[in-house]
Amino acid sequence: MSLIVGFIILLGCQFLGELIVRGFGIPVPGPVMGMVILLIALLINGRVPDGLRKTGQGLLNYLTLLFVPAGVGMMVHFQLIQADFWTIIVTLFVSTAVTLAVTAKVMMWMNQRVGGAEKAK
Amino acid sequence: MNFVALDQVWVYLSGNPLLSLLVTLAAFYVATRINILLGRTPLLHPVVISIVLLIGFLLLSGIEYSTYFEGAQFIHFLLGPATVALAIPLYDHRERVRRLIWPVMVACVTGIVTAVGSTLGIAMLMGASRETLLTLAPKSVTSPIAMGIAEQLGGIPSLAAGLVLLTGSIGCALGPWIFRLMRINDPTVQGFTMGLAAHGFGTAQSFSSIGALAGAFAGLAMGLTGLLTAFLLPLIVALLGI
Repeated sequence: MSLIVGFIILLGCQFLGELIVRGFGIPVPGPVMGMVILLIALLINGRVPDGLRKTGQGLLNYLTLLFVPAGVGMMVHFQLIQADFWTIIVTLFVSTAVTLAVTAKVMMWMNQRVGGAEKAK
Repeated sequence: MNFVALDQVWVYLSGNPLLSLLVTLAAFYVATRINILLGRTPLLHPVVISIVLLIGFLLLSGIEYSTYFEGAQFIHFLLGPATVALAIPLYDHRERVRRLIWPVMVACVTGIVTAVGSTLGIAMLMGASRETLLTLAPKSVTSPIAMGIAEQLGGIPSLAAGLVLLTGSIGCALGPWIFRLMRINDPTVQGFTMGLAAHGFGTAQSFSSIGALAGAFAGLAMGLTGLLTAFLLPLIVALLGI
């Protein structure tokens, strides 16, 4: 039954998230709001129920697989991508590299400032 | 043996959810095997290989994407509960998250401004159309949020979703290489950076190749970036006068 309990909790939080997002017209996806709700619930509850942990870990282990169906959808946009191909490719590569480098640098720097730059791992 | 029946069986099966689910899982399995054979290179992420295999299969067999998605949506649907489940690693590492809340907030806002600024700057220099520009702008954000933002700004939502996925795979390929170059070993920084720049792809990659702590920070980054970009992007676009 633990798998079912886990799914009830996850889907319940997602449902509440959708309800809040749509009800108040917040420009954020329901599942993200559901994540916030579950986090608050866990903080209040003080521990992660076994069933939830089992289900959650199972889903997160295969997170990459879940993106495949949407990714295949790129085949519908071949022509649109072709029209601005080089602009899109160069922009995506350069901007992603710059974003990665800047974010990592800023967080490293802030970590050291906040003190106790802990070396995990 | 009846060969006419075989033909009819194919017509029936190609429009059935069963086939889409089977080929998606099979493609992912094969892609993961190929990735392991290639020494787990981040340059050819299993997701990218799976997508290429599946697009090839659909084009060869003449199955429409909409037909494929009718079956594959059962896998796609699990993205919702999986996103909610990101709260679990966040909860597990709550102490660390609380201690690092300022680095996280500052890095997040700087990261978003860098992502959007560099994207718009480069695309403008290369002479992209206004529509492409606005479609590219939310590329670092997880697809459901990006589609909403693109629509709000006047871009093309469905293309935005595709570009988000491209960004994700590019981020997964570039990330490890940039971390090595900058000598960054802290899993919290690696995870957070991957989640910010490459959303769900980066988060999944952090979980599978760095660890649960990195995954928790990647999930945090993905959520925060999505939330903040939705509010910051319209402001940045207005400031740049696009």
